[in-house]
Amino acid sequence: MSVRRLSAKQPASFAFSPENAEWAKGQIAKYPEGRQASAIIPLFWQAQKQEGWLSEPAIRFVADMLKMDYIRALEVATFYTMFNLSPVGEHFVQLCGTTPCWLRGSDDIKAACNKHIGPEGQVSADGKLSWIEVECLGACANAPMVQINDDYYEDLDGASMGQLLEDLRNGKPVKIGSQTGRTGSEPIDGLTSLTTPISGGGK
Amino acid sequence: MPKVTVDGIEVEVPAGATLLQACEAAGVEIPRFCYHERLSIAGNCRMCLVEVEKSPKPVASCAMPASEGAIVRTTTEQVKRAREGVMEFLLINHPLDCPICDQGGECDLQDQSMAYGVDGSRFHENKRAVEEKYMGPLVKTVMTRCIQCTRCVRFATEVAGTPEIGAIGRGEDMEITTYLESTLSSELSANVVDLCPVGALTFRPTAFTARPWELRKTESVDVMDAVGSNIRVDARGSEVIRILPRLNEDVNEEWISDKTRFVADGLKSQRLDRPYVRINGKLAEASWAEAFAAIAAKLKGAKGERIAAIAGDLAAAEELKALKDLFTSLGSPNIDCRQDGAKIGGARSSYIFNATIAGIEEADAILIIGSDPRKEAPIINARIRKRSRVGGLKVGVIGPRVDLTYDYDHLGAGPDTLKSLASGGGFADVLKNAKAPMIIVGQGALTRKDGAAVLAASVALAKATNASFNMLHTAAARVAGLDLGLVPADGGRDVAAILDGASKGEIDVVYLLGADEIDFTKLGSAFVIYQGTHGDNGAHRADVILPGAAYTEKDGLYANTEGRVQRGNRAAFPPGEAREDWTILRALSAELGKTLPYDTHASLRDAIVAAAPHFASIDEVVAAGALPDLASGEMDAAAFDTPVKDFHLTNAIARASKTMADCSAELARSRRGAQAAE
Repeated sequence: MSVRRLSAKQPASFAFSPENAEWAKGQIAKYPEGRQASAIIPLFWQAQKQEGWLSEPAIRFVADMLKMDYIRALEVATFYTMFNLSPVGEHFVQLCGTTPCWLRGSDDIKAACNKHIGPEGQVSADGKLSWIEVECLGACANAPMVQINDDYYEDLDGASMGQLLEDLRNGKPVKIGSQTGRTGSEPIDGLTSLTTPISGGGK
Repeated sequence: MPKVTVDGIEVEVPAGATLLQACEAAGVEIPRFCYHERLSIAGNCRMCLVEVEKSPKPVASCAMPASEGAIVRTTTEQVKRAREGVMEFLLINHPLDCPICDQGGECDLQDQSMAYGVDGSRFHENKRAVEEKYMGPLVKTVMTRCIQCTRCVRFATEVAGTPEIGAIGRGEDMEITTYLESTLSSELSANVVDLCPVGALTFRPTAFTARPWELRKTESVDVMDAVGSNIRVDARGSEVIRILPRLNEDVNEEWISDKTRFVADGLKSQRLDRPYVRINGKLAEASWAEAFAAIAAKLKGAKGERIAAIAGDLAAAEELKALKDLFTSLGSPNIDCRQDGAKIGGARSSYIFNATIAGIEEADAILIIGSDPRKEAPIINARIRKRSRVGGLKVGVIGPRVDLTYDYDHLGAGPDTLKSLASGGGFADVLKNAKAPMIIVGQGALTRKDGAAVLAASVALAKATNASFNMLHTAAARVAGLDLGLVPADGGRDVAAILDGASKGEIDVVYLLGADEIDFTKLGSAFVIYQGTHGDNGAHRADVILPGAAYTEKDGLYANTEGRVQRGNRAAFPPGEAREDWTILRALSAELGKTLPYDTHASLRDAIVAAAPHFASIDEVVAAGALPDLASGEMDAAAFDTPVKDFHLTNAIARASKTMADCSAELARSRRGAQAAE
C-alpha cells in the first residue's frame, strides 16, 4: 500500500445516473435518521461502478448527498484501497503478488501485464486495460491468479495471461475462473482423497 | 462515586471519570499526547498506559472508566517499559529536527521523551516523510513531525465547529490535512497549534523568530473584542513576539481567537512614536511641550459646549476616567464612548452580559438579536456551540442568516420579528418555558436610529419571558466607558451630535482618545486632537497627535462584556516618546490649569473605584441588579446587520497588522472561489 492521492486530472462534475440515484435512495433508507453517513461505502462503490473510478467531484457529490463534511468523505475514500482514486482501464486487472501466487509464478504474469498493458498503474493507450499489484485475494489454491473487474481468473501462466489480456482488449469472450479447466480448486491430478465409497452405514 | 487506589493513594472520583482523571486527582502525572480534557477521547497515542490489578495487559488510562475498587499502579517496571516502548514507536517516524523546530523548548514530545523515553532507537530503516500541507496564512505545517494524535481534527470538529481537518490514508501513510489543502475557515483556527503536542503545526507568522526561553512572559487581557480573553504576552526586548491564551474557565477557557493571537505584528507597524502638530496643513514632528502648547491655545478658555471628546474602543479604564475628569473640569458635557452610536447606557443591567459567559452552559434557550456572535465574539460563540453539543438547547436568531457552527431557528431578519415575539407565541413560548433562558442582543441591533426602541423591546421581552438580558459588545472599552459615565451629561452631545456640531461649526475642538471608527468627513473645520497608538483614520485627520501606549504597553483595567473587570499588564514599553495614556491626560490637564487630582497609578485606580465601586472586584462579575423599565418606541422595518464586516480588520491595531491583512485577503479569495464554483 502506498500513499493514496487524488488524481491530478479530475472531471468537472459528477452525478448519479437516474437508476443509480434511485438505488442510492434505497441504500440511504436502510439507515435510521441521522445515521445516513453509514451509506457512504455502498454509494462510493456505486459511483465507482458508474465511472470506473472515484473522482473528486464524486466524493463531494456523495458527501453532499449524505450531508457529510467533505473531509470526512475524503477520509473514507482514501482509507479503502478498493476505491480507485485515478482512472483505470475498462478492464482493471488486480494482480496478486503475495507469497503463494509469487511461488507459483506471478512474476511471469506481471511480465505479461507489463508487455501487453504497460507500466503498473497506467491505463493503456486504447483505454481498455490497466493493472496494479495487490495483496492476497484469497484464491491461493488456484495460484497464480488475477482479478479483472468483478471476476477471478485463476491458474494462469505468462502465456495464458497474455492471451487473456488480448482477448479482453479485442472484445472476445473469455473464460472466468480457472484457465486450465479444473473445477473450482479441486486437485489438478484428480481426487487424492475420498476416492473410495464411504463404508459402513450406507452404500 | 467510585473509589480508586492509585499508587497506594485512595481517591474518590465522580462517576464516569476515567482512570487518567483518577490518577490526576491522586496527584500522579500520566504522560499523554492525544488526550485533552476539552476534547473527546481518542485513545490512540497509547502513552497513558498504566497497570491495573487483575488486568493482564497495561490499559490506556485515558479511555478506561474508573471502576469501584480499581487498583492502579503507575510506577511499576511494566508501566515504565510500556511507556518506553510507546515512545520508541512514536519516535520511529518522528524526525529528530528539534534544533530547527519552532516547537523546541515547549514540545510535549521532547519533554516526555526526556522524562519517559530511552536514549536510543533500534529502528535502522528510513523514516517516513510526509509532504507539506497548506492550512492557510496562520498555521504552518511540517507534517513529517506529526504523531497522529488527532487533537487538531477533534478541535476543528468539536470546539470550532468547522470540520475541515481530517486524517486521510491509513496506517503508516495516514496524514493530517484539510480538504484539498483549503484554508481553515474558523476564527479559532490557530488554537490547533497550541493543541499540537509536537512541531507539526506551528505559527506561520512568527516562524523562526524566537525560542520560548528567550521570551519574557506577561499575563494580560485582550482588547480585540469585548470578551476580555485572558492572554499571555511573550515579548523580547520592546517587541511583542506572540500572544498565547491563558486559562480562565469563566471567560475564554483556554482558547483565543485568531485576531487576538496574531494582531501582535500590528503593534510594530504604523506606530505613532512622537507627537505631531499640523502646521500649514502638514503634520510636523513636535515635542511634547509644543504639542501641549498647541492644544492649550485651543482649549484654554474655550467654552465647554464648544469642545467635545470621543473615546475609542481599545481604551483602558484609566484613560477613560482621566478623559472624563478632564472634560468635566473643562466644563464640557460633550463626551461619548460609543463611537458606533449605539443607543445604550443608563442602568448597568441593561448594557452588560448579565448571565455571564460561563452561564451560557446552564442556558436551555437562547435568543440572539441582531448579532453574529461568530464574528463579534468567537469565544462566546464557541461557548454557545459547546452548550449546543450537550443537547437540549434551543437557539433562535433574529438578524443575519449566517453560519454560527450550530443549529438555530432563523426567526426573522429585523424588528418586525421582535415585535411579533413581544405578543407571545413561537419562540417567546420557548423562552418562557425554559429553565434558564437567555436573550443576547448585539450591537447590530443598537447602533441604528431606532436602537433605543430595539433595546427597550428586547429588555421588555426579557422581562416578559423571565429571560436573562445579555448585551454582546464588540468594543473592549465600552462597558468601562459606560460604567465611568463617558456619556453626554445633561445637555451634552453624543457622537452623532458632536459630528453634526463639528460639521456645522458649533464644535471647535474634538478630542479623540483612540477613536478611529467615526465618520471623519463630518469633523468639518474642527481642531482635532488625536491621542492614540496607530497612524490610522484618526491620526490622518488630526491637528495634534499625542502618541499613546497600546494595550500591551500599559497597566490598565478593562471591563469585558460581562462587566468583569480584569487587569492588563505591561509587557513592553511604548515606542519612542509615546507614553501611557492616562499620564498624557494628566500632564495635559496641568498645562490647561485644571490639574487632575491623581499623580500615581494607585491614586487614579482609587478614583476609578470611587466612581464605580465594582472596579475593586478584579476578575469578578458584580451583579447589576434588576432590569430597568425603558420607554418603548417605534422600530424601523430594516433588517439587523452585524457591525463586524471584516473580522480581521476591526480596529487600528488589526488594520496595521500584515497577518490580519493576509487573513482578510485569503478569506475574500476563498469566498470568491466558492462563488465561482457555484
